Amino acid sequence: MFSTYLFIFLSAVAIFSAINVLLSKNPIHSVLYMTLTFFTLAGHYILLNAQFLAVVHVIVYAGAIMVLFLFTVMLLNLNKEGQFSKTNLMKFIAGIAGGLLFLLLIGSLKSFDVAVVSNPELTQIGLVKNLGTILYRDYLLPFELSSILFLSAMVGAVMLGKKDKI
Amino acid sequence: MDIHFLTYKLSLAGGILLLSLLIAMYATLLERKVAGFFQDRLGPNRAGTFGLLQPVADGLKLFMKEEFMPANADKFLYILGPSLTMLVALLSSAVIPWGGNLNIGGVDYSLQMADINIGVLYTFAVVSIGVYGVMIGGWASNNKYALMGAVRAASQMISYELAMSMAIVTIVMTTGSLSVNDIVAQQHGFNWNIWTQPIGFLVFIVCAFAECNRTPFDLPECETELIGGYHTEYSSMKLGFYLFSEYINMFIASAMISSLYFGGYNFPFMDVLGVSPNWITIIGTAVLFIKIAFFMFVFMWIRWTLPRFRYDQLMRFGWKVLLPMAMVNLILTGFFKLLFK
Repeated sequence: MFSTYLFIFLSAVAIFSAINVLLSKNPIHSVLYMTLTFFTLAGHYILLNAQFLAVVHVIVYAGAIMVLFLFTVMLLNLNKEGQFSKTNLMKFIAGIAGGLLFLLLIGSLKSFDVAVVSNPELTQIGLVKNLGTILYRDYLLPFELSSILFLSAMVGAVMLGKKDKI
Repeated sequence: MDIHFLTYKLSLAGGILLLSLLIAMYATLLERKVAGFFQDRLGPNRAGTFGLLQPVADGLKLFMKEEFMPANADKFLYILGPSLTMLVALLSSAVIPWGGNLNIGGVDYSLQMADINIGVLYTFAVVSIGVYGVMIGGWASNNKYALMGAVRAASQMISYELAMSMAIVTIVMTTGSLSVNDIVAQQHGFNWNIWTQPIGFLVFIVCAFAECNRTPFDLPECETELIGGYHTEYSSMKLGFYLFSEYINMFIASAMISSLYFGGYNFPFMDVLGVSPNWITIIGTAVLFIKIAFFMFVFMWIRWTLPRFRYDQLMRFGWKVLLPMAMVNLILTGFFKLLFK
């Protein structure tokens, strides 16, 4: 009962802040609303008994990525309202792109049916011990490959950021 | 979840909250006393005996001061900044085990707010969102010095978070648990983690200084070049919140250092004392607070001994000394763990 109310509350806040990411004129407000969205998503993960995912979500998205966003927006001084001009062509293109995404979401919802968890083991999958076992036993290669991908992205960013050419 | 349990947890939370505030309050007095001692003067001694009423007077002064808000400030975010800093400072106390179990009338009462199985990660998360209060406050003030201070603070906190996490990861490797309660329980007696993790401890304590914005890492509020850093435009109790949360952070950081490396509520010869488990718990809590007091003194000791780093030195130290050191420690720990399994 309590978790249902919590779910409704979290969903309402998530939708409200997600809409405000788009509607706010000020980039800093957008970034902060996005952070709020990430927090509510972390709350949803906790409701789904995936504590590890929730905490990592907060650490990575709210604690690292959004801080860097905020940092960049502050450093580039993008905090003046209405400094991005929107021509009609841009609005048109953005409308089509957003509409296509919307269509895709609707399409995926159409073929969606509510899954009933039959295996009680599966509800414990979000706990760190089970997740670690599965990640390092069954999915070791994809895990390692994705970490190499991250490393190469990091090295690439450092390369691009270097002032003097090598 | 019965009502009995709920009231106990709520009163424990309230007690820890009040205790944190009280300790932070008297830490300001202690800081000034220690500063006085280091500079060969007396420190505050006018309000009450030994200046014991000084924190009350300071708080009253901050409340009574004129509330001033810059004309072009973002009003909501301007208020949110210090509130967030205070909230985050108080959040991390939830996973610190303040003592063992108290057995009253056959029921065990744990002196820890929440024994969550990812307690260590929880503290990471809380530390990593601590940046927001400073950044939001600095930006919302609409002052370039405040903004520069905020950007500095954020880059400093992000840089030192990395090495700090690496240091804690080695602790997790040696204990094999992410729960702070387990980590403390495994250091029973005198098997403290400091004996096996001296390098990790060094990295951790330096990073704790940087995360609390204490000298020699108090670059964000560098008075000589940035007026007052991110809280330049703040006055009255909002400024008080920023200053006060620094002391709460110091208290929590000391508690974390004691719990992770110095055995928390464990003390030597706790098994041969021959008193009831309840007494062991009470003595353990007292011992924990003695450890915390010692580390808070270390914080002050270093503040009044060392000068401030230059900004490039700070960054170089964080990225080129502490982070490699933490990584070498990580590899060494893994190596030893494999060797002496």
